[in-house]
Amino acid sequence: MGAFESILLTVITAATPLLLAAIGELVVERSGVLNLGVEGMMIVGAVMGFAGAQATGSPYLGAVFALLSGMGMALLFGFLTLHLVANQVATGLALTLLGLGLSGMIGEAFVGQPGIRLTGIEIPVLSDLPLVGRLLFGQDVLVYLSLALVAGVSYVLFRTRAGLIIRAVGDNHASAHALGVSVLKVRYLAVLFGGACAGLAGGYLSLVYTPQWVEGMTAGRGWIALALVVFATWRPLRVLAGAYLFGAVGILQFHAQAHGVAIPSQFMSALPYVATIAVLVIISRNRILTRVNTPACLGRPFVPDR
Amino acid sequence: MTVDDTTNPQHGVVGERRGTVLLDARGITKRFGEILANDTVSLTLRAGEIHALLGENGAGKSTLVKILYGALDPNAGDLVWQGQTVTIASPAEARALGIGMVFQHFSLFEALTVAENIALALPPGQSFRALSERIRQVSRDYGLTLDPSAIVADLSVGVRQRIEIVRCLLQEPKLIIMDEPTSVLTPQEADQLFVTLERLALEGCAILYISHRLEEVQRICHHATIMRHGKVVMECDPTKETAGSLARLMVGSAVHDLKRGVVPREGDVRLALKDLSAEAEGPFSVAIENIDLDVRAGEVVAIAGIAGNGQSELFELVSGERLSSSADAVTIGAVPMGRAGITKRRRAGAAFVPEERLGHGAVPGLKLSENLLLTRHSTGDGLVQGGFLKRDRAGALEQRIKTNFDVRMSHDDPEARALSGGNLQKFVIGRELDRQPDVLVVNQPTWGVDAGAAALIRQELIDLSRNGAAVLVISQDLDEIFEIADRIAVISRGKLSDAIPAQKLTRERVGLLMAGLDEDSGGAGDAA
Amino acid sequence: MRLELEKRPERSTLMALLSPVIAIALTLVTGAVLFAALGQNPAVALYMFFIDPLTASWSLQELVVKATPLILIGVGLAVCFLSNTWNIGAEGQFTAGALAGSMLPILLPGFESFLTLPLMLLMGIAGGMLWGGIPAFLKVRFGTNEILTSLMLVYISQLLLDWLVRGPWRDPEGFNFPESRVFSDAATLPALADGRMHVGAIFAVIAVLALSVVLLKTLKGFEIRVLGQAPRAGRFAGFSRNKIIVFAFLLSGGLAGLAGISEVSGSVNQLTPVISPGYGFTAIIVAFLGRLNPIGIFFSGFLLALSYLGGEAAQVTLGISDKTTRVFQGLLLFYVLACDTLILYRIRFTRPGVSAKGA
Repeated sequence: MGAFESILLTVITAATPLLLAAIGELVVERSGVLNLGVEGMMIVGAVMGFAGAQATGSPYLGAVFALLSGMGMALLFGFLTLHLVANQVATGLALTLLGLGLSGMIGEAFVGQPGIRLTGIEIPVLSDLPLVGRLLFGQDVLVYLSLALVAGVSYVLFRTRAGLIIRAVGDNHASAHALGVSVLKVRYLAVLFGGACAGLAGGYLSLVYTPQWVEGMTAGRGWIALALVVFATWRPLRVLAGAYLFGAVGILQFHAQAHGVAIPSQFMSALPYVATIAVLVIISRNRILTRVNTPACLGRPFVPDR
Repeated sequence: MTVDDTTNPQHGVVGERRGTVLLDARGITKRFGEILANDTVSLTLRAGEIHALLGENGAGKSTLVKILYGALDPNAGDLVWQGQTVTIASPAEARALGIGMVFQHFSLFEALTVAENIALALPPGQSFRALSERIRQVSRDYGLTLDPSAIVADLSVGVRQRIEIVRCLLQEPKLIIMDEPTSVLTPQEADQLFVTLERLALEGCAILYISHRLEEVQRICHHATIMRHGKVVMECDPTKETAGSLARLMVGSAVHDLKRGVVPREGDVRLALKDLSAEAEGPFSVAIENIDLDVRAGEVVAIAGIAGNGQSELFELVSGERLSSSADAVTIGAVPMGRAGITKRRRAGAAFVPEERLGHGAVPGLKLSENLLLTRHSTGDGLVQGGFLKRDRAGALEQRIKTNFDVRMSHDDPEARALSGGNLQKFVIGRELDRQPDVLVVNQPTWGVDAGAAALIRQELIDLSRNGAAVLVISQDLDEIFEIADRIAVISRGKLSDAIPAQKLTRERVGLLMAGLDEDSGGAGDAA
Repeated sequence: MRLELEKRPERSTLMALLSPVIAIALTLVTGAVLFAALGQNPAVALYMFFIDPLTASWSLQELVVKATPLILIGVGLAVCFLSNTWNIGAEGQFTAGALAGSMLPILLPGFESFLTLPLMLLMGIAGGMLWGGIPAFLKVRFGTNEILTSLMLVYISQLLLDWLVRGPWRDPEGFNFPESRVFSDAATLPALADGRMHVGAIFAVIAVLALSVVLLKTLKGFEIRVLGQAPRAGRFAGFSRNKIIVFAFLLSGGLAGLAGISEVSGSVNQLTPVISPGYGFTAIIVAFLGRLNPIGIFFSGFLLALSYLGGEAAQVTLGISDKTTRVFQGLLLFYVLACDTLILYRIRFTRPGVSAKGA
């Protein structure tokens, strides 16, 4: 395997959790809800994915556990912000704090245990092709799922009535309500979808990226996913591009070390966070671009006056 | 031809209403907390009839309409649709029955296209291309020009209303409800709308027309139901009534006549705008271009215009919420103030009342005595000393405004959000009048305010000017403008026409100016 | 059954007082269920968690030590949240303050005078302000989302600390442990009484009192509340949104920085790779539980400090993981936010279909 190919493979592994979490959050924000609890849903997904795989012996069932636990967390968020119209920013923070706590408690028993890896699929002949074989045809299921999700979300949002309704609710919830759309139902579904994606993203970390449980192993990836949505100005294909860009930044440190670059590892580790700030600054400098694309109802609570 | 008989209400016969009964609402009651918004209201709508629903703000019209459209559940009462008792649980069910609605505050989605907006209101299962074709066809048939692929945010108010109407028509409704449709239109645009409505009625559609503009109701409606305080007070043929009698039925007592007084001759210029320009701040904002205007002590100058033509931008530039590029652009008293903030302008004797009461003129969650501080913390009223708040003084001042301006409240010093629109407006205006300012700038002084409070506010504005202040009123309401203004200027697309003495102007001329179509003035705003 | 909200005409003063109490009660009930599920006697576990730490003098002192940073950071965050400025990076400002203040005793260990401590404290405050100033500047200058930038700076500050204590600032006589040198007496905050309690507690009390006055009695406090609740009305009043963003970030950053250097100088006495059990994040809960009121934050700071101590105690005596502490803290914030709904709304349960007719 060439150095370049191995770098690309690690980029894919580093990008996939970001992509999964961000594409889910994109749908949530398109429906007008700001869920800052991605990090919390992700870390619970990570620990439950690990636990599920341990309990059942199957990494695939582990991924299902991760997905469902992310949805469970999202449901909690939905109840507070949609039914009780609690402040979305504060509730998202609460979700993150609770998720970090819960995962620490659940995961205590798993610290130091070897995990079960969700391996790549093997397609005869294709996977063995030179150069592109492993890259295109030897990835794990979740990589393909993440790419399919980008295509699916893009199609649904801009080509179907369901997507039109999601965008309408995010743009003007009062009008959507007046047209007979159930704003809360649409938002619940979007929030649950976001939770499922974030949970799966967490599961990817504990089942593929580093198949083990380490407390706090999401290390801010949930927050970076949130930044990616802003960076992508709420467009699925740009989320894809952003996730792979950040995936590349994230794995830079390993390759730098491997090639003996004499920069303290902490500086390399800080790179994704510095890059996030830089990218946010660059995108927000163009205020018109962000203002036109931001869903108009983002973060605003809705109470039907019935 | 009998066609003329049905379309022209002048020829209608009292008591004999034509068309079969389409919708019969019986004993509708709706309660919000302690307020009875609809009290056993009954209403009969017939096919082919334009039926006016008249009443002041807060009379219960909107509540009734929302119930008919399925957006609210009534607490009691029956709806009979074409002879069948029905429950209309949602707007979707209303549309399925054949009830369409054109909202007063448009229910459009700014970020979506015209076609997407319309698709949302129609049952699913139609291809986008077919829909766009139908939109083009309907808009051709009714003379309502629309581009299906345009983004709503880029469209003018008149075009947006067309979208609403086309959206409604595509559902092939038997009943169309129109909530204050002309409030945002120029007189000319309104005329076009009336033609469409008459044509629809001719085709057998029932129209429920909600308005408080008596003139147009008399002009196009066949029948009228008048509401007051949640009850139906009268049904009549509006063409058989005078505007005065209709107004009395709506308000419940004689309409207030304003005392105009005399304009003192040639007062000093107190507020001067000179070549005031500003760029649009964002995609939804209007650029202000080379505005010149003098407002003298003793007079009321009004700026007419359709919403969204730069009124709020102009207000922000005059008030100092936004700074001008040069100091000379805005002069208050004799001092150039274009680069000074709002607090400095207030100290120079100016006072301002914005359009939005809640969230701009007042903070919803703060008590009135605290809201008082909003504009008067630095105007030398002693409400703040050494950076510390003097709450007892603010309380006393709040009491004074409450008494002098008849602000009614359920208990002492409530939060701003607990007041009704009219009472909060009296407070917000009273807060400034109480200072006896030299210059007062008001944006939409009586928007959404009941007639009694509106009359009081208008009288106060006139009185202030006659006592030597310069008063600038920005308003969309032509009735109001002709009632109080000594001179009138018109704002259109960020440009301001010359201010012309009110006696020399007709509504038609102002209407043309509002639409930016006047040739007489030699180009609006370019007079300098 | 369907849950519906009915808006109250005004805020309910009663509910504003009751909401934190209800939230605490709900957290305790959930805690009891959680302990029962872990096979513990809920009554014993709750006693160990929340009462036992209050029975010994040393643990009462420890309570003050832990409440000090929570309160200092919490009151600063209250100013942020009241003005609708979302600083969630107090943990980073805490670390930055600790780093900046520690420069003196680590880089100039020979500089021992009566000026050492005041200088350290000032540098700590400045470090926190600098770290808080970055998101404020980016927000004001470019409109960059302050939530994400302030949070990213937490990770960056922690990595910076990690690098310093493992690299340039490592104690040369420290057997290669990742620790800085121990501070001299002149660089150590004086203890109160004879235990672990230090002068930092007094800073917290002063901050509470000062900010109570500012928020409730002054025009500045009025400005903060107006801009937080209705920015447009704030501009109409002549207040500047940008200035208040900078003010809130510098104030909360400075207080977090003070908390950081106080903790290091008064409690730990050297820099280690981890200097905070998440005070900066827990302080968010403290601020909300205290209803963004400095006096309320004073009490909620002690409650959250108790949850740290209780977690340690329960781990020692009952073998319950001290990770439950953070679960409790998260739950508490959830319940506070849920209960706050009651301040502006009444909650009603209706059965669909029945509400349409009758009454």
